[in-house]
Amino acid sequence: MTGLAQQIAAHRRGQTRRGRRLLFGLLALLLAGLALTLMVGQTLTPPLDVLRVLAGHDVPGASFTVGRLRLPRAVLSVLAGLCFGLGGAACQTLLRSPLASPDIIGITAGSGAAAVFAIVVLGWGGAAVSLMAVACGLGTALLIYLLAWRNGVAGARLILVGIGVSAMLQSVTGYLLLKAPQWSLQEAMRWMTGSVNGARLAEALPLLLALTVFGALLLGQARNLEAMRLGDDKAAALGVRLARTRLLTILGVVGLIAVATAITGPIAFVAFLAGPIAARISAPGRSILLPAALVGAALVLFADYAGQMLLPGRYPVGVVTGAIGAPYLLYLIIRVNRTGGAI
Amino acid sequence: MTRTATETPVRRPRTRLMWLLLVLAALLAGCALSVVIGTRDVGWAEIASALGGGRDSIGEAVVAVRLPRTLLAALAGAALGLSGAVMQGVTRSPLADPGILGVNAGAAMAVVIGMAWFGIESLSAFLWTAILGAGATAALVYAIGSLGRGGATPLKLALAGAATAIAVSSLTVAILLPRADIAGGVQSWQIGGVGGATPEAITAMLPFLAAGFALSLLSARNLNMLALGDDTAAGFGVPVALTRFIAATGAVLLCGATTAICGPIGFVGLVVPHLCRLLVGVDHRWLLPFSALAGAVLLLLSDVLGRILARPAELDVGIITAFVGAPAFIWIVRRRRIREL
Repeated sequence: MTGLAQQIAAHRRGQTRRGRRLLFGLLALLLAGLALTLMVGQTLTPPLDVLRVLAGHDVPGASFTVGRLRLPRAVLSVLAGLCFGLGGAACQTLLRSPLASPDIIGITAGSGAAAVFAIVVLGWGGAAVSLMAVACGLGTALLIYLLAWRNGVAGARLILVGIGVSAMLQSVTGYLLLKAPQWSLQEAMRWMTGSVNGARLAEALPLLLALTVFGALLLGQARNLEAMRLGDDKAAALGVRLARTRLLTILGVVGLIAVATAITGPIAFVAFLAGPIAARISAPGRSILLPAALVGAALVLFADYAGQMLLPGRYPVGVVTGAIGAPYLLYLIIRVNRTGGAI
Repeated sequence: MTRTATETPVRRPRTRLMWLLLVLAALLAGCALSVVIGTRDVGWAEIASALGGGRDSIGEAVVAVRLPRTLLAALAGAALGLSGAVMQGVTRSPLADPGILGVNAGAAMAVVIGMAWFGIESLSAFLWTAILGAGATAALVYAIGSLGRGGATPLKLALAGAATAIAVSSLTVAILLPRADIAGGVQSWQIGGVGGATPEAITAMLPFLAAGFALSLLSARNLNMLALGDDTAAGFGVPVALTRFIAATGAVLLCGATTAICGPIGFVGLVVPHLCRLLVGVDHRWLLPFSALAGAVLLLLSDVLGRILARPAELDVGIITAFVGAPAFIWIVRRRRIREL
């Protein structure tokens, strides 16, 4: 008996170590990505110069390229990626389906339409846009949930209802952007796929705020969400307050996704991809929220770099993540169909 | 579809004839409204003189612009309504529609690829490319949707179609973004509208529409058999695979040609057959022509509504149909238990 207990304890310690190693690995990857994006662009900036700019010194040449161009972009990429990754994974965990990510079930479309309306029609900016996006994102989430409700919410019905709602909202966004006089068409399209072009450091503030408030909220629910993966009944038996957990999680998801969408546009498929990638590389039975957030950040950072430097022509980050995400979405559907598994 | 068959009572010929007359009257009314209403309303006298060939007053010039637009809206609506009805018959899915199954998005991507990489410019090239793209996407979605146990269930098809549509649209943007020269034209076309109608465009799409109409309507009897289930249909001597192929080809021709000229207009093919099934029952020999007529009415009225709502500008018809169709889609999803889907 004690032998078995020791074995289990050893196994758990191993799992914890593995989880920690994964987090460190992801952090290292992210730091490497940051270093790369700050040093290597159209011109090469030596690491010392980068550090001196970061420390606030005035370095001729480097101050502009690193301080004004590369740093805001990198910071915004990482923060938005964290938001999308964390929000997406929490939503997928809550609804128990990789397809139920906020960008597929319409939450992103709701926030996006609201943000575009606020920017283009009302002429708002800054925090007001984010607030509007959060409010409308919550409204959309509520609407989808209510419409999908029929003796409980079935995953497939929720996804289909979400697809219908987002079709409506996207047609609104498309129309607003097309008719907007002050936006050029390319700008509008760039926004619709999501981009960090023309990033300013001031834009990082709302993202940081959202991450502190809503991110902490979600990570606080990580344990409960993990228990809910076993099924509602078992989770309730384990002492999880289901309604409260659901409500807080949805609030956190919408907060993160809406603020990030309001600032960078709906960067395609990051929320959808981060969860499954994190689930693949992390130990089973561990919460994937934190790894998923880091994966999201790495995705946006590297995809943006690839769109700027590695590909012929310059692409906004959303195009690159879209090109990765679209085939994966099809693959996921094919796998679900072949195995006959639940969605 | 079998479920609907047991629910809907058999319609008497007289009821059907009455509905037929009503739909025809609605079609005429829709055409008339579409010619009369707009940024500048015109009087009957002006219309009459414009039809007689006069092009002198502003009113007559307005009519000269609105006539092809009306014709295009009617044709596109008929094509989309019919193609939706055929797709619902072929897949036996209440959620089938060229928009939901991703076929319109596929046609749009093919056109964008053609413009960006092969420099196509002529109308007939647009049409052929769009139909090719629509066909390829339809085949892909059907293949993905019919993998695994149970074959092509409505739920699997709808998810496969939606996923394909999302994936394809994302790739379309990727192709389009670095090309400012073509992006402008494509972006307004992508919302879906009949505003840019020209007589040339209509003439170019007519042969494809005619072929699509013929193939679809000829399949009506066999689609009735398919509704009984593949095995029963085969037992009655219906070549199941061939029927599917012919009917689907007709549907693809219809929605591909429409998408090439008007852009992807969603949800018309979803709503119209459901409505018509309530009116005339599930017999495809009635349902198919009815769906075509009702589709024309729906698109005409949506187009007119778009002109009234945003005066003096106009809302593209694709936006109106999204707002009419998406709630209908959600209603259908809600009405059925998910296992049946």
